[in-house]
Amino acid sequence: MAFLDRLKRGLARSREALNEIFYFGGEVDEDFWEDLEDTLVMGDLGAEVALSVVDDLRDEAARKGLSTARQLRAALINRLAEEFTPATSDPFDARPSCVLFVGINGAGKTTTVGKLANAGKLDGAKVIIGCGDTFRAAALEQLEIWADRAHVPIISRPRGADPASVCYDVIEEAERIGANLVLIDTAGRLHTSKDLMRELQKVVSVTRKRSRIPVHVVLVVDATTGQNGLSQAKEFNDALELDGLIITKLDGTAKGGIAVAISHTLALPIYRIGVGESIEDFQRFDAHDFATALVGDGSLT
Amino acid sequence: MFNSLQDRLQDTFDRLKGKGRLTEDDINVAMREIRLALLEADVNFRVVKRFVAACKERCLAADVLDSLTPAQNVVRVVLEELTQLLGSTESALTLAPNRHPNSIMLVGLQGSGKTTAAAKLAYLLKKQGQRPLLAACDVYRPAAIDQLETLGSEVGVPVFTGDRTDPVGIAKGAIAAAAGEDATVVIIDTAGRLQIDEVMMAEAVAIKNAVRPDQVLMVVDAMAGQDIVNVVSEFAEKTDFDGVIMSKLDGDARGGGALSVREVTGKPIKFVSTGEKPDALEVFHPDRMAKRILGMGDVVGIIERAEELADAEAMADAERMLNEGFTMDDMLKQVNTIRKMGGLGKILGMLPGGERLMGQLPDGIDEGVVGRMEAMIFSMTPQERARPKIINGMRRARIAKGSGRSVQEVNQLIRQWDEMNAMMGKLRALQNNGQLSPRAMKQMAAQMKNQGAPAGGNRAQRRMQARKGRKRR
Repeated sequence: MAFLDRLKRGLARSREALNEIFYFGGEVDEDFWEDLEDTLVMGDLGAEVALSVVDDLRDEAARKGLSTARQLRAALINRLAEEFTPATSDPFDARPSCVLFVGINGAGKTTTVGKLANAGKLDGAKVIIGCGDTFRAAALEQLEIWADRAHVPIISRPRGADPASVCYDVIEEAERIGANLVLIDTAGRLHTSKDLMRELQKVVSVTRKRSRIPVHVVLVVDATTGQNGLSQAKEFNDALELDGLIITKLDGTAKGGIAVAISHTLALPIYRIGVGESIEDFQRFDAHDFATALVGDGSLT
Repeated sequence: MFNSLQDRLQDTFDRLKGKGRLTEDDINVAMREIRLALLEADVNFRVVKRFVAACKERCLAADVLDSLTPAQNVVRVVLEELTQLLGSTESALTLAPNRHPNSIMLVGLQGSGKTTAAAKLAYLLKKQGQRPLLAACDVYRPAAIDQLETLGSEVGVPVFTGDRTDPVGIAKGAIAAAAGEDATVVIIDTAGRLQIDEVMMAEAVAIKNAVRPDQVLMVVDAMAGQDIVNVVSEFAEKTDFDGVIMSKLDGDARGGGALSVREVTGKPIKFVSTGEKPDALEVFHPDRMAKRILGMGDVVGIIERAEELADAEAMADAERMLNEGFTMDDMLKQVNTIRKMGGLGKILGMLPGGERLMGQLPDGIDEGVVGRMEAMIFSMTPQERARPKIINGMRRARIAKGSGRSVQEVNQLIRQWDEMNAMMGKLRALQNNGQLSPRAMKQMAAQMKNQGAPAGGNRAQRRMQARKGRKRR
């Protein structure tokens, strides 16, 4: 429950605590439903999703005779938790595995690769990192520092090189040294940039063709992203056939509600969530915890 | 996938368009759509509530113009309210005139784009004749300093890194070094921080107190969701920033956060970042942004971009074109102008209904067309470029082979040149008949050069729209 503890700590310091609508646990009236809708919208769930969730919940409340806010809270959490697409396997556990990290600029891909390399290493995996970001200034230097911290090898080419060639190199090296967890960072790009998306398609297809171990393409999504997140995910999914998601930056006060819509709409599981600054701060995703965090857990800390 | 805010409001207003008179119910329907659209655009829900209430009140009140249809009146009210919310005046960057050096400090969340924005700002100030110095105060993110150094060398601006460990010391050192470096403005890049991280927020305040910058700018991601109000209120409280740079506006995010920031903190949006290149930082214009959101297009923006690029050389070219005809080299220049303006997609996106049009195209805009035209023109001999008339079948086949394109594509290019040349001919005829002053002619020719599209599209229509925009201004 470390994630929830963290979240509570964040909430206690933020203004959001004022919106803890389930706190009083009392009467359910028209204001309550409106507040509930607002709370969900405020969690970046999106107006339409929030509306449909609240409508469903009203029906359920009428059907099952749920009358207190506490009962409704539990029903709502279950309802939201069901929205997430469950993972059938985990690319970081089911080794050997090659994972490509994609996403828009500033989502936290490089940091994610660094931290997961460390986690994999601690878990006994033979990890290798590939720097497929040959565009951004100092992306390689940044990743090298992470590789150094995790004590894992890194494969790169100079800035401006073809990123697909880096993937080729890293898989070759992985085979040579017998690595069983290959993590490849890619340059951040906006999903609206046709040329850059095409370049990424090539990177992914080269990797999928060349690699003899299973390749997973994971979209890294910043939890502070609003409704545009769905548009991002859709474009990346259309272009690359994603396998799953990683949600970063859940250590702030953003609730990451857009993850519900993405996971549900595109049928993508969430593999990990990033909840802090330190190197071990990636956790497994738990739909119930995540939903609880979205709604509020019914107590003020 | 949901529609863009633009589409959505357009749909609503299309429905209202047929009505001679709007009832309160009609207005309620429109307002409901606007509410949903604004929420989808990530405007904070409290801001949305206030905004919609204000719009509705004004729509119901007597303050309507008789000359407009009821639907037009709703559009006008929403537009005015939106513009007002975004900030009614343009807020450019103001630096104290008699302070040496001036300084600008950037703050924001992780991944919002501070380092990139710092380099872009440096480039912009350099273009304005300042001598900027970048200060690398992000000592936490691995290689953040290296990143700034690389970006600095790309835009030709020195970077002060100090001891690479103490952010306050680096900031102070940069100010002191500015004198030696002969720099006029110091741009301080800081580490990304969470608004709830007390230690890091205190550090930002310490940097600010140490150098007392002329401006503190907060970089806000255009894709930010509802939580951005919490973030900016806390940053406003602690760092008391002066304005905002919106980053990543080149995506399809509608940047509703901009509205929220403005409403919640009262701070102006000063710049918007619209691309990866160093020059992709533009002054924020609330009226244009509001119009863009409402689907009225950013016609003024297009003209300004075009004018910026239409320099004296272009005028000279225009005169030569009139006298000697339109060559393939002119066509090449035209293609490059479009590229400089950010590509076809960007230009189209700024036009009324342009986004809709792009949505209808099966593969979106084919930016490659510009490159292909260039390839074909590069495969021509100097004689062919100067006198395209001599390009016969054999030459076409050779050009196609040389550029790796099909003969059909070469034919199409030559047809386009033919059209442009014919238009020049008409202008020339007008001039010879004395119906047009030479100056007006040159202007028209220059405009044609800047507004013309290389392939497809309706050039004439686009130019007309551009002219209308010019008149309005």
